[in-house]
Amino acid sequence: MSDTDTIQPVNPVLAYLRQDRLPHIWCPGCGIGSTVNCFARALTESKLDLDKVAVVSGIGCTGRVAGYMNLDSFHTTHGRAIPFATGLKLGNPDLKVVVYSGDGDLFAIGGNHFVHAARRNMDLMVVCINNGTYGMTGGQVAPTTPLGATASTMPYGNFEPSFNLPFLAEACGAVYVARWTVFHVRQVIRSMKEALGKKGFCFIEILAPCPTLYSRRNKLGDGVDQVKYYKERSVIKDGADAREAGLTFQGDIVCGKFVDRERPTWLDAMNRHYSSVIQDYQGEGHAED
Amino acid sequence: MKADPKGVLTGVHFIDGDHAACEGALAAGCRFVAGYPITPSTEVVERFAQRIPHIGGTFIQMEDEIASSIAIQGAVWAGKKVMTVTSGPGLSLMMEHIGLAAIAEVPSVWVDVQRGGPSTGLPTLPAQADMMQVKWGSHGDYEIIALCPNSPQECFDLMIKAFNLAETFRVPVFFMMDEVVGHMTERVVIPEASKIELTERRWTKKKPGEYKPYETGADMVPDLVKAGDGYRIHITGLTHDERGYPVINAAAQKKLVERLINKIRLRKHELVDVRLDGVEGADVVVVSFGITSRVTGAAVEEARRKGVKVGHARLVIAWPFPSDLFADLSRKVKAFVVPELNMGQMALEVERAAAGRCAVVGVPHPGGTVHEVSVILDKIMQAAAGKKGSPALEGASR
Repeated sequence: MSDTDTIQPVNPVLAYLRQDRLPHIWCPGCGIGSTVNCFARALTESKLDLDKVAVVSGIGCTGRVAGYMNLDSFHTTHGRAIPFATGLKLGNPDLKVVVYSGDGDLFAIGGNHFVHAARRNMDLMVVCINNGTYGMTGGQVAPTTPLGATASTMPYGNFEPSFNLPFLAEACGAVYVARWTVFHVRQVIRSMKEALGKKGFCFIEILAPCPTLYSRRNKLGDGVDQVKYYKERSVIKDGADAREAGLTFQGDIVCGKFVDRERPTWLDAMNRHYSSVIQDYQGEGHAED
Repeated sequence: MKADPKGVLTGVHFIDGDHAACEGALAAGCRFVAGYPITPSTEVVERFAQRIPHIGGTFIQMEDEIASSIAIQGAVWAGKKVMTVTSGPGLSLMMEHIGLAAIAEVPSVWVDVQRGGPSTGLPTLPAQADMMQVKWGSHGDYEIIALCPNSPQECFDLMIKAFNLAETFRVPVFFMMDEVVGHMTERVVIPEASKIELTERRWTKKKPGEYKPYETGADMVPDLVKAGDGYRIHITGLTHDERGYPVINAAAQKKLVERLINKIRLRKHELVDVRLDGVEGADVVVVSFGITSRVTGAAVEEARRKGVKVGHARLVIAWPFPSDLFADLSRKVKAFVVPELNMGQMALEVERAAAGRCAVVGVPHPGGTVHEVSVILDKIMQAAAGKKGSPALEGASR
């Protein structure tokens, strides 16, 4: 037997996954898995102690990410990953807490929590996989569905304007805002690594195809066709004005890092303030057990 | 384990029930509260916000009650003892997260300072009309524990018990105050920390790799870990197996839901706290809880002066309902009289326990104030005279 016979191909990402939970539930051509791959690689590059990283998801296809990550992981209720993550972070400020969820979860039912966590500059990294629809429930219209796209609950085409998520995040106070697509794997890894290393409310939007319930209904081909669209129509503009990053149906996609700024986090602001006004302040925002 | 002196405001105080409840929570080791302002509960979190920087811990006023009721659960997985505080409309918003706390078995204390409803109802006036909501409000099958203090002193004492029960059974524990108990000011004695016995969290002794988040022994309650300690746990609101992994089938559902139910139902004898007064040999027993028990006390005394053999059974733990105790009593009395500040909630439980062996007379009241003593007294006199009286669910008080 030669040496080469004993070489086992090892996927460097496998160690980050709960292998006893595979295969995953995602459809062929779905973009969520690619972002998980990027997240695992960003975790490697970040050199964080993985025992101190927690991932929190809401409900939906992206909501299943928490269940596959070999980290402390929490699959919470629909729209409420951010307030759960807020409690987790404030309960143990040593944790790096990542919220990983979908556009419907984070911006429809969970929109208010996003707004306030960004305002407070809660020290959370929020990854939104934006596929423009509710995949798990069958392709209903989302607050991110582009005008004119068809959805099961907009059978004659969507007439509601959609959110411009980077602009929303910036306006609410996020300290880090980036948008990419699943075509931009290296840029996604880089942005995730930057956000993992940054304090404060960091937001990364990643456009991802939902071939089963968005592309097919809108006659856009399969997952690969959608990634080709991402490749052809993405315009990378780091530092662009987020106001001009709105999305249209199959139109240009402004990508890049839009915001990278400093602001005291909620915990830092509380600790600084209480240290200055309360003589016997029992600091750090958590009890020393 | 004894209370941490840092959180215990030992001494004799003249404070209201809301403030006493806060002091009870601090003494019990609560170090994380998330809440949203709502009358008549707000004083609990106002005091916590003032006190906690001097003790060590966190208060955050969230954007709504939905957020508050899940932020506390995040903090539990960070290792904290937690509480949220609200009143009717806020409680209604929290329903989904009661279910999450039940299925994920999150030890937590939920204070409901009850006011008149439905909807915005009577923000500043009392009711006891959320009793069924805390028992049944979230979808699906689960069990909870609910305690009913009737004084500021009990807001302190029973709060310690509420936190201890949350740790023992890993369920959401409801602290069912009402506007009058919350806002009445009385003498409250807070003992030294060394006199306060606390139940420690059920930390696992197992190592990462050996530990399964929902593996249980004979007591049906799993041991806990916290995030950041290397266990790499997965926690979900989906039906799950012992590993905490989602399993979507009938067998997993049966195993999980039956355990969530049985850890309370099969251990309900550990959860009986009914304060009995003159029940032996009584013809009529008045069943009450919370503020109504104090009005009832006056009616019972008056009835005894009139020569009626009347007892008083006060529910301190309302859920799980002590049905065995009332089934036994129903064999010995003519009637139960059940005054409550709602249109007939706990009276239904009494009726179920009595199972037709004796009369059950409701004394419903839609809230806004407490009962007139004479209204309860009249019902006692009628019941003692063998008059049929109103069933537990009558149309309106007459």
